[in-house]
Amino acid sequence: MIRRIVAAVALPVVLIALWWLLTANSTSYFWPPLADILKVLPDTWFGERARTDIAPSIARLLIGYLCALVIGVAAGVAIGISPVLRALTEPSLEFFRAIPPPVLVPVIALFAGYTGSLSKVITIALGCLWPILLNTVEGVRGVDEVLLDTARSYRLPRHSVILPAAGPQIAAGARQALSIAVILMVISELFGASNGIGASVVQFQRSFAVPQMWTGIIVLGLLGVLLSLIFRVAEHRALAWYRGWRDAERASR
Amino acid sequence: MRSSRTGLGLLGLLLVAAVFEVLPRAGLVNRDYLPPASEMAGKLAELLGDSAFWTATGQTLRGWGAGLAVAMVAGVAAGAVIGSVPVLREFTASTIEFLRPIPSVALIPLVVLIYGSRPESALVLVVYAALWQVLVQVLYGVADVDPVARDTARSYGFSKLSIARNILLPTALPYILTGFRLAAAVALILEITAELVIGVPGLGQLIGVAQSSGAVPRTYALVIVVGLIGVFVNSLARMLERRLLHWHPSVRREVPA
Amino acid sequence: MSVLEVAGLAKTYQRNRKPLEAIRELTFTVDAGQLVCVVGPSGAGKTTLLRCIAGLLEPTSGEVRLNGEKVTGPPRGMAVVFQEYGRSLFPWMTVRQNVERPLIEKRLSKPDRRAAVDEALSAVGLLDSHDAHPWQLSGGMQQRVAIARAIAYQPSVLVMDEPFAAVDAQTRAELEDLVRSIWQRLNVTIVFVTHDIDEAVYLGQRVLVLSNRPTVVLEDVTVDLPAERDQISTRSHARFAELRAHVYRLVQQAKKGLRETSPTL
Repeated sequence: MIRRIVAAVALPVVLIALWWLLTANSTSYFWPPLADILKVLPDTWFGERARTDIAPSIARLLIGYLCALVIGVAAGVAIGISPVLRALTEPSLEFFRAIPPPVLVPVIALFAGYTGSLSKVITIALGCLWPILLNTVEGVRGVDEVLLDTARSYRLPRHSVILPAAGPQIAAGARQALSIAVILMVISELFGASNGIGASVVQFQRSFAVPQMWTGIIVLGLLGVLLSLIFRVAEHRALAWYRGWRDAERASR
Repeated sequence: MRSSRTGLGLLGLLLVAAVFEVLPRAGLVNRDYLPPASEMAGKLAELLGDSAFWTATGQTLRGWGAGLAVAMVAGVAAGAVIGSVPVLREFTASTIEFLRPIPSVALIPLVVLIYGSRPESALVLVVYAALWQVLVQVLYGVADVDPVARDTARSYGFSKLSIARNILLPTALPYILTGFRLAAAVALILEITAELVIGVPGLGQLIGVAQSSGAVPRTYALVIVVGLIGVFVNSLARMLERRLLHWHPSVRREVPA
Repeated sequence: MSVLEVAGLAKTYQRNRKPLEAIRELTFTVDAGQLVCVVGPSGAGKTTLLRCIAGLLEPTSGEVRLNGEKVTGPPRGMAVVFQEYGRSLFPWMTVRQNVERPLIEKRLSKPDRRAAVDEALSAVGLLDSHDAHPWQLSGGMQQRVAIARAIAYQPSVLVMDEPFAAVDAQTRAELEDLVRSIWQRLNVTIVFVTHDIDEAVYLGQRVLVLSNRPTVVLEDVTVDLPAERDQISTRSHARFAELRAHVYRLVQQAKKGLRETSPTL
C-alpha cells in the first residue's frame, strides 16, 4: 500500500521539484520561477475571476456537452436500430465527424458572432455531437441478437435493453467528446471573447503578464484533469457490470 | 446487398447537399451566412486552380505528417521502454494519467510567446496531443504480451532485440496501429487549430482569413476540403491496419483509453 | 383442451433473391399441461418453428394460436428459454433483477414480484445467488436463471430452444431433472426443442419427429414411460431403449430424405 502511494507520488514530486529548481533563478522571460507563478495563482484565479471567467467557461462547456449527449444518444439509437437509416447516413456522418471541430468556430461565428455565449455553446455541442452519435450507432448495432429476442419475447420496451447494452460504447464516445469539449471551450474563447478562462489567458499573453499566463495554463490543465477524473468515477460506477462481464468473458476464453 | 448500401450512402450525401441548397434558397437561412451548396461547390472548383490553396494544403499536410511522425517515434520508443520495465511502469502511471487529460490547447499562449506563428508552434501542439494517444496504446500492447511466450523465448536464450522483434512487436502491432489511427486524427485537429488560431501557414489560416474578409462561400469550400482530408486520413489509417494485420487471428477491438 | 395450435405453418426465406423453403407444412396441437419434445436432424428448421411459435418470426402461411388467439407478435402468455444462456441474460442486472424485470412490465405489485421471484429462484436452487450478476455464475447456473425468469413469468406455454446444448453432461442431467420437476410441480405446458434423441425421450410425454428441410412432421411419438423418471432407472428401462431406437431410426431416415411414415408402435 505504502509502495503504491510512493509509486504514484514519486515522479510528480520529482518533476515539480525539477521545475522549481530549474526555474528558481531563471531570468528568462518565458520561464519565470515556479515560485513566482504559484505566488500569483490564487490572486489571479480565486478572487473575482472565479465568478467572472471560470464559472462562465465551465457552464458553457457543460451545457454544450450535455446537449450533445442527449441529441447524440437519441439520434444514435434511432439510426442504429434501422439498417436503412444507417446506410443512408453513414457516409455523411463520417464526413461531419472528420471535420476538425475547431473550424466550426469561424463558421458558427458567421451566424452568432464571436462574443456571445450562444455561439460557444453551439460550437461545443456540435463538436461533441459526432463522436457520441457515431459511437452510439456502433453500440446499438452491436447489441446481441439474443438479448433483443429475449426482450421482445418478454415484451420489454426495446430501449430498456438497447441503452444499457450499448452503454460501454456510448461511454467511449462520451469520453472522446469530453476532451473535444475542453478544446473547443478554450478555442472558442481565444477569438475575442469578453470572458472565460481562455479569454483571460490570451489577455495575459498579449499584455506579457507571463507568470499569470502560466497560471492560466495550470488552471486549464487542472480543469482537464478534474473533468476526466469526474468522468472516470461516473463511468466506473455506471459500468461496473461491464468490467466484470468482460473479465469473465476473457477468463472463459 | 453491398451495392445497395453504397447507393443509399450516396443518396444520403445528396440529401445533405440538397438540404444545404434549399435552406438558403428558400430564405430559411440567411444566404450571407450559409450559401447554397452549389455555390460552395463552385468555390471548391475554383480553389483547385488556386496555387495559394495548394501551397496551404502542402503546408498543412507537412505539419501534420511531421508532428505525427515525431509523436509516433517518441510514443513507440517511450511506450516500449516503460512498458517492458515494471518499475518504470509503476512509477510513471500516475504522471501519464495526470498529463494526458491536460488539453494541448492550453499550451497555445506559451507557443505563441515563444515561436509566434511559425510552424514550430503547430509542431509542439501536434506532438503533445498525438503523443499520448500512441503512448497509451503501446503500453496496452506491451501489457498484452503473453508472459509464457516471453519466458519461453528467454529460456531459449533469445537476445533482447530478438524478443522485441519476434514477441513484443507482433503482439503490440495492432495496438500501435490503433494508436496511429487515433493520433493521426488528433494531429490533424491540432494542426488546423494552430493554423486557425495562431496563424501558422496552412489551410486553417486560409479559413480564418476567408471568414474575416467575408468570403463566406470560400470559407465553406475550405471547411469541406479540411473535412475531406479528415476522411482521407481516417481511411488511410484503417487501410494500413487492414494491410498490416491481415495475418492477425483476431481483429482486435479498440481498448477504450 | 389444447393450449397451443400450430396449423398449416410454412416458412420460406428469401436468400439473395432466391426462395429457401425452411418449413413446408407443420400441424400439431399441444394440450394444457403437456410436455412435448421436438427433435429432428440438424437443419430441420427447429429454430424457425420455435421462433414462429414465440412470435419472433412471421410465418409465410398458416398460423399459430395460443389459447385460441392468433400469434402475431410475442404473446403475453409465453416465455422462451434460449440456448445461448450467456447472451440472453442481461449482464448489467443481478440475478434477481433479471427474473424480476419482465414482471415489472407485467405490472405486478412489488410484494407479488418479490414472492414470485423468490419462488422461482428457490425452484431452480439459486435463491442464495440472487445478488450475483449472471456472469459470476457457471454456465449451468446461468441457464437456471433463465429458467427461473421463464417460470416466474407464469406463462401458459414455456418454450425451450435446445436449452442444454451448451452445458456439460453432468449439468445437463441435473437440468433435465429440474425441468421435469418444475413441470410436475407447477403444471406448466412445455415445448422443448432439442437435437438430442435421448433427452427428448427421457423428458417428453410426446416426441414430435421433424423431417429434413423443407420440414413436415414425420411422426408424433407417444412416450408411454412411467411419469416418475430417473436418470438411472428410466434410461435402463426396456421401453426407453425401444422408444429411443425408434426415434433414432426415424431421425436417420429423415436425414436420408424420408418425408412420410405410417403410424407404428
